[in-house]
Amino acid sequence: MTIKRFTKEWPLHLLLIPGVLIAFVFSYVPMAGISIAFERFIPTRGIFNSPWVGWNNFKLMMDYPGIDRIMLNTIYIAVMKIIGGLLVPITVAILLNEIRKEVFKRTVQTLVYLPHFLSWVLLGGILIDILSPSSGIINQFLGWFGIKPIFFLGSNSWFPYTLVISDVWKEFGFSTIVYLAALTSINPSLYEASEMDGAGRWKQTWHVTLPGMLPIIVLMATLSVGNILNAGFEQIFNLYGPAVYESGDILDTFVYRMGFEQVHYGLATAVGLLKSVVSLVLLSMSYAMAYRFAGYRIF
Amino acid sequence: MTLNSRISTGRRTFIIFNYTFLALLSLLCIFPLMHMLALSFSSGAAAAAGKVGLWPVEFNTAAYRNILNKPEYLTAFGVSVQRLVLGTLISLTVTIITAFPLSKENNAFQFRTLYAWFFVFTILFSGGLVPWFMTIQKLGLMDSIWALVLPSALSVFNVILLLNFYRGLPKELDESARIDGAGHFRVLWSIIVPLSKPALATVGLFTMVAHWNSWFDGLVLMNRPENYPLQSFLQTIVIQKDMRFISAENVELLKLISDRTSAAAQIFVATVPILVVYPFLQRFFIKGIVLGSVKE
Repeated sequence: MTIKRFTKEWPLHLLLIPGVLIAFVFSYVPMAGISIAFERFIPTRGIFNSPWVGWNNFKLMMDYPGIDRIMLNTIYIAVMKIIGGLLVPITVAILLNEIRKEVFKRTVQTLVYLPHFLSWVLLGGILIDILSPSSGIINQFLGWFGIKPIFFLGSNSWFPYTLVISDVWKEFGFSTIVYLAALTSINPSLYEASEMDGAGRWKQTWHVTLPGMLPIIVLMATLSVGNILNAGFEQIFNLYGPAVYESGDILDTFVYRMGFEQVHYGLATAVGLLKSVVSLVLLSMSYAMAYRFAGYRIF
Repeated sequence: MTLNSRISTGRRTFIIFNYTFLALLSLLCIFPLMHMLALSFSSGAAAAAGKVGLWPVEFNTAAYRNILNKPEYLTAFGVSVQRLVLGTLISLTVTIITAFPLSKENNAFQFRTLYAWFFVFTILFSGGLVPWFMTIQKLGLMDSIWALVLPSALSVFNVILLLNFYRGLPKELDESARIDGAGHFRVLWSIIVPLSKPALATVGLFTMVAHWNSWFDGLVLMNRPENYPLQSFLQTIVIQKDMRFISAENVELLKLISDRTSAAAQIFVATVPILVVYPFLQRFFIKGIVLGSVKE
């Protein structure tokens, strides 16, 4: 029977070969490279002949000055981004849904999606310019109100907020789409019924719109839990500098500096492995929760 | 007056507030880019004095002439175009052929679930940055265009997006073609692919944008700066302010312009391709993202 099946299904296997190969070489082979985390890696001797050091790299990591700070920064920045990344698009979607002029609505949408499609290199370049304390247009603007120049990218008290606000700014338009889609699926008769019962716009928003969006909100919130260790490498790497390591250094930027600048492969891989394991647990949990509460399946 | 009396004052205030707020919000999203555009066409002196807002001051094109005189910039632009074309072709092909078997029902393809988990696991767990880098290094891909194209050739998210689209197509099409004697390949190329044009356009545009925008792989996988794609080049020159790239003849030109106008022009030129495809992107991505994020 299996042979019969195979004669029928072999073209499907054949089609999968390139995909499987790419996934194997670029995703599974690096997973084997995790063994570097347990070695004192010597490049000339390679992964399989370098001396084993057990948990030594993890001990080094725990003793690394400032590692607590880096963990905290990662979670703090990620959580703030998740909260802002939920609240702002939900609000904008509700406000946009109130607009009756289609042209205006579409124009707003077109403009707010745009930053999503620009890279953090380009936006980094733009932010460095407009946020500059000496010549940036934002500080000039603040100057009109008598506010002293703020070094958004160079001060530890401002840097995390700058990260969160600029990230929310870049992505809110894009996430708005999902909530707008949820809004269009709310049954209009619910609004009519609530209006009959004497509910004003605010009450309708509170009792019809928000409950109607709730499943999607819960789903998006649940799925974001898996990303709690991803505070945004691309953004931070393009905006930070040694002056703001204290408030802006995260696990991913730390791994980059350890691996590529200090060539401390063992330590960098150990930190990366810790992050991957925690992410695996969180992602599995969030997918399981999303399935349970919202029936969400990856496919 | 009848119209006004029907709408309460509170409602009217809200409507005015709503329009104003959303208009300002939209402006906020494009204002930085417009400011950079204005800067790039302004004189160095005006830029340095902070006189530029949304309109160029002392209009000139020196910053753009500087780009044309900068072979490194043009080379990097070329690398990016090359990567985009090659990368998109490969990615699209791989995505199409990977999504097709996975879109089958379990009874039509015995090992579907096994393969599916094989792919999904790669989004749940990864070896991390250093092993990823060393794998590519060991394969001898460093400094070659393949290093920018192959590791990212398979996006599991795009596969999922496409396979969900395949599944939405009527099953009878596949069945009747099979009865007429068409094999799997024939069904895929002659029926499924032509019908998936909207989904393929979405995935294709997403892939193109991703290729155009990526910079990190270029930065760490290319040892020689002349192999940098544009965004990696800009990362070193605009963000890290690496001066190795400034040649002697550029110094003369640099006197005419400032660091700011020059950076602004270089950033703006790199966004032009995105702005060009943006109208097309717009048409497709709403369907795409909704398809990719929410499923019944």
